[in-house]
Amino acid sequence: MMDKYTKLQMAGIYAAITVFLIFILLPFFEMFMASLRPLEHLFRSPYQFWSDDFSFQAYSDMWDTVPLLGRYIFNSVFIATAVTLITMVFVVPAAYAYARLDFPFKNGSLAIFLGVNMFTGAVLLIPLYRVLRSLSLLNTYWAMIIPGVAFLIPTGIWLLRSYLEKIPRELEEAAFVDGASRMYTLRRVVLPLATPGLIVVGTAVFIGAYAQQFLFAITFNQQRELQPLPAGLFEFIGYQDVTWNQMMAAALTGILPVMVIFLFLQKYLVAGLTAGAVKE
Amino acid sequence: MMTEATQAPGQGAALPAVRQKVKSLPESVFAWVLIGPAMLFIAVIVAWPLAETIRLSFMEAGLGGEEYVGLANYQELAESRKFLQTIVRTFYWMFLSVGLKLVLGLIGATLLNAAVPGRGLFRVLVMPPWIIPMAIGMIGWLWLYNGYFGVLSGAMMSLGITDGPFEFLAYKSSAFYSAVVADVWVGTPMVTLFFLAAMQGVSRDLYEAAWVDGAGRWYRFRRITIPQIMPVIVSMSLLSAIFTFNSFEIIWILTEGGPRGATTTLIVDTYKTAISNFKFGEGSARAVIIVILLGAFSLLYLNLLKVVNRKYGTK
Repeated sequence: MMDKYTKLQMAGIYAAITVFLIFILLPFFEMFMASLRPLEHLFRSPYQFWSDDFSFQAYSDMWDTVPLLGRYIFNSVFIATAVTLITMVFVVPAAYAYARLDFPFKNGSLAIFLGVNMFTGAVLLIPLYRVLRSLSLLNTYWAMIIPGVAFLIPTGIWLLRSYLEKIPRELEEAAFVDGASRMYTLRRVVLPLATPGLIVVGTAVFIGAYAQQFLFAITFNQQRELQPLPAGLFEFIGYQDVTWNQMMAAALTGILPVMVIFLFLQKYLVAGLTAGAVKE
Repeated sequence: MMTEATQAPGQGAALPAVRQKVKSLPESVFAWVLIGPAMLFIAVIVAWPLAETIRLSFMEAGLGGEEYVGLANYQELAESRKFLQTIVRTFYWMFLSVGLKLVLGLIGATLLNAAVPGRGLFRVLVMPPWIIPMAIGMIGWLWLYNGYFGVLSGAMMSLGITDGPFEFLAYKSSAFYSAVVADVWVGTPMVTLFFLAAMQGVSRDLYEAAWVDGAGRWYRFRRITIPQIMPVIVSMSLLSAIFTFNSFEIIWILTEGGPRGATTTLIVDTYKTAISNFKFGEGSARAVIIVILLGAFSLLYLNLLKVVNRKYGTK
């Protein structure tokens, strides 16, 4: 009926979607193709789309060329996990307060949190560098975890707040009437109900934490063993002869952890992240 | 339901009083107990460094020590033509990139919102640039932009647009627009998905009523979809503008601000000054100017948001 398309319209829509997706996926496709080409064919000019000897050799060679590759991936996952756990410890109580309680300076303080989104780390790098230096945290995992947490707290509060607002109040009120303390209600009534939301927000924070590591890593950490993947690979671009096919293989391997998490949770994730866009 | 207090043994008579006290913990105090830790963390890691940035901007500071120089850092910037150009370039970068993201986001969301088979899959395929580390996406773009073995230059050669290899990142204006495209690539998925979510939230009744009255697709899009999702469009453009203004990694990895400063935006300039050259004072002055510009821009924008919300009748 209203949504019915003619065959021609259908074809037009699919064609347009294809063009859109080509733009989005082209870099990944090129990275994948490059990772399959043997090094001597990589730099063939003029450009040849098809190499007759594609192989997955780079995916096994890369572990020797970049000896720390496994370590980089581990660091990325480790830092992102630590950032997520710490962020959630700060976010959960604060989001609950904004979702449920009335208190002085509520809007003002929320605005302060959201205002943090306006600054990227880059603006604050100089003093942050000094803070971390005076706490002797430079060149440790903490140098990447602490700023990571600070810049994800606001987003986390914002996302979780809109989730908590959707949980019916009646259950909490019932607990209150039965004489439960506020803290008890939060822990035993609200949190169990909010578990799906916690997972969505936690995943969003994890993805954010995984994505934001570059700047803090290249600025606050000089220790190669602690470097997360993006910073570790970036260092490689500067080398004399970059084995680009292995570099691409390593980059693609490095995004596997987030891609897997994302694919499992994408449905909830999209709904959770865009919750603010939908009118209640 | 029992509280923990009532289960705790050995507190006997004191118990009711304690319970009363717990229950009557004023809401506002409890709220601040919950918010306090997050606020404190932000204060130490964001607010204090911000204050410190402002202080440093009045200093001549390097690795050695610091010395008060008053407004000298600002004066130097005010007199610098190069810095003025950087500001102009940054706003150009922001408006161009955000404009493209909004247009592409709107087109993408409309396409993904069309009731065709496979749209669930398309929605998933749109997301990767958003969720992977930017630095890794940029490795892919570096490759694409390479003149000798990138597919773009290769395609241009075989189509006869250029005679030889074209290095996208080697010339001033092609480097700038190439960086814009990469930035649009990173930012479009988020915009698309927010617009899509907003479109799906528009009541079907509106469309059906218009459809019954004989309104065509384009008319429905223009007169129903756009006004209904206007608040999201406006708030996304602010968010996107802030991200784009602050966009650092994309430029840094592709060009490090070059060639000859062609892609140096304020944030890149600040990083170069402060971190690469250890001129903390001059870098801080730049950072303060970024904060002021972004703050002014946001205030202006939030006022616009109010007007839009009033016009389209949402809270």
